[in-house]
Amino acid sequence: MSENKNTEHRAQKTDITRRKFLAGLAACASALSLPLNADASMLEEYFRQHFKRLDKDELNTILKNLEKEFSQKYEKAVTVKATPAMEDVLFGYTLDVSRCIGCRKCVYACIKENNQSRNPQIHWIKDLEFKRDEKWFHFKDSEPYYDPPEVPQKGRFYLPVQCQQCKNPPCVKVCPVKATWQEPDGIVVVDYNWCIGCRYCMAACPYEARRFNWGKPDIPKEELNPNMHYLGNRPRPKGVVEKCTWCIQRTREGRYPACIEICPTGARKFGNLLDPESDVRQVLDNFRVFRLKEDLGTNPKFFYFFSLGTHIKAK
Amino acid sequence: MAQFNWYQRILFSVMLCVAAAAVVFVSSGDILAAEGMAQEENILDRPLEEIVGQLAPQNQLTLFPCSDCHNDLPPNPKKRELGEPHNELPGIFKHDAKNRWCLDCHDMRNRDKLRLLNGALVDFKEYYRLCEQCHGRIYREWKVGVHNKITGHWKGEKQYWHCAKCHNPHDPVFKPQKPAPPPRKPTEIYIKTKK
Ligand code: HEC
Ligand code: HEC
Ligand code: HEC
Ligand code: HEC
Repeated sequence: MSENKNTEHRAQKTDITRRKFLAGLAACASALSLPLNADASMLEEYFRQHFKRLDKDELNTILKNLEKEFSQKYEKAVTVKATPAMEDVLFGYTLDVSRCIGCRKCVYACIKENNQSRNPQIHWIKDLEFKRDEKWFHFKDSEPYYDPPEVPQKGRFYLPVQCQQCKNPPCVKVCPVKATWQEPDGIVVVDYNWCIGCRYCMAACPYEARRFNWGKPDIPKEELNPNMHYLGNRPRPKGVVEKCTWCIQRTREGRYPACIEICPTGARKFGNLLDPESDVRQVLDNFRVFRLKEDLGTNPKFFYFFSLGTHIKAK
Repeated sequence: MAQFNWYQRILFSVMLCVAAAAVVFVSSGDILAAEGMAQEENILDRPLEEIVGQLAPQNQLTLFPCSDCHNDLPPNPKKRELGEPHNELPGIFKHDAKNRWCLDCHDMRNRDKLRLLNGALVDFKEYYRLCEQCHGRIYREWKVGVHNKITGHWKGEKQYWHCAKCHNPHDPVFKPQKPAPPPRKPTEIYIKTKK
């Protein structure tokens, strides 16, 4: 016990001195690399701590600064929150493949809600079309660019894929700088200020759920969603990775994600896995469900199922 | 320390076994009783209003109350083309049309009510009891929110959708839609817009 404390203490001590040293070094370097007109907030951003080590005041100042920056840039009142996870909540998601018609309404609701870049284009949700009579489950056998006049098409079914919020997320494991991690409510988040853009996480993700900002993101001012979360839909800089957070800015306040609200078929369900009465538990307790690439042991909290059997339809 | 002879020992162990069995029996009885309770509390048996919390607003009926006209009209159960104001309905009617007609669901004498197969009349706002008769499994899934669309709050107030919002009772096939545009291919992910 006391042993433990000692080492912890020592670690802290060395950490502080190392941090001071690094800060000093960085200060020298930054004197050269920072633009001459750098103001306090730029310096702050330069020396910012990891999100999890920020204290309340530091975090509040950061949020206030971001609000100011975005409000100015997008010419509307913006709020940036960092609402923490609720207690006794573990989020889960279910999707009824037999009722999804592949209309892609979720894709576009997500773009708007989460301030995704329109150009270069970033889509967090990818809707895959499969042929009924072929082997499936291999993303490469699917057609993500389908564009018939009407959906659903005969003999096809649709499988929307977004971040599966794995309980054992490979993306978190490979991040060399701990810029992505799993929150207590199960959402895997990215701190865009900490991400160095190495894209290891994208290579590690078996679901192709992460996106990289190759260019400067472009969000039309009038379409910006001003309700933001630090770990979610705040506008991202160029050169960082982003992905679905189950609309952390909505769900941490008790609301449904945007994809749930928009889905015209009701195929999507979201809720607390620990609450036996939740929408997702109604599915898990009554249907046989499956997860994508289950054999990889990623343990996703995103479940798929078929509520309607495969059968000969009327007409 | 008291000494026991062999038959006292046997008797004692038998008694122990019986006591243990009784404990197991009683407690398993408890479990069964508890299960019975759980069954009584089955979510499906609760009143619909309680389960679906709040149903989203229903379709606004344009012709209600039907009795405005039908009080003065002689009912006519014959399957036929209909004139104003229902001239479109027989054309779109595709709900097992071979075997059915309007008055299987709408009451012949009281047009303001729907009619169940057993002859019982229900209000339009309880139209889903009609669907329940033939689509029992889906109705149950609807009740617990699976074959349903729930909006609002996962924690807090929810709104459940009506069958009739997604399925027109006269032509219930879920209507196909035009899909939103596909994503750009990686080769054209960046479209230069200016110069
Ligand atoms: C504006 C007057 C009007 C209203 C309101 C109206 N109906 Fe009718 N309805 C008619 C007329 C007229 C006919 C006969 C059409 C024909 O025979 O060509 C008719 C026929 C019908 C029939 C065919 C069976 C029969 O008895 O002729 C049904 C079923 C029916 N109406 C149901 C309804 C229901 C249900 C409502 C209310 C939701 C309603 N109607 C409201 C005018 C009306
Ligand atoms: C499967 C049962 C069923 C059959 C068969 C049926 N209806 Fe209906 N009808 C309904 C239900 C349920 C509603 C209420 C719809 C709602 O709440 O949106 C309705 C609504 C109506 C309305 C009111 C629509 C409005 O917007 O005011 C009319 C009129 C009507 N039916 C006429 C007919 C006629 C005429 C036929 C025969 C061609 C017919 N119905 C066959 C179930 C049925
Ligand atoms: C008397 C029995 C009966 C009632 C009542 C009834 N249905 Fe049906 N329904 C059927 C039958 C039979 C079919 C299959 C039709 C076919 O094969 O063309 C069907 C088909 C359907 C379909 C599938 C259509 C398709 O082709 O995908 C839907 C959706 C549906 N009903 C919804 C409803 C709704 C909503 C109600 C309540 C307003 C309702 N039904 C009431 C018997 C009924
Ligand atoms: C949020 C929209 C929504 C609501 C509410 C809804 N459904 Fe459906 N329903 C669907 C969709 C989507 C399908 C699948 C359509 C497809 O396969 O193209 C479907 C399919 C069906 C089918 C066809 C089943 C099959 O095996 O093909 C029936 C029958 C049906 N629904 C009945 C009902 C009844 C009865 C209710 C109310 C108790 C109801 N639905 C409520 C969206 C809805």
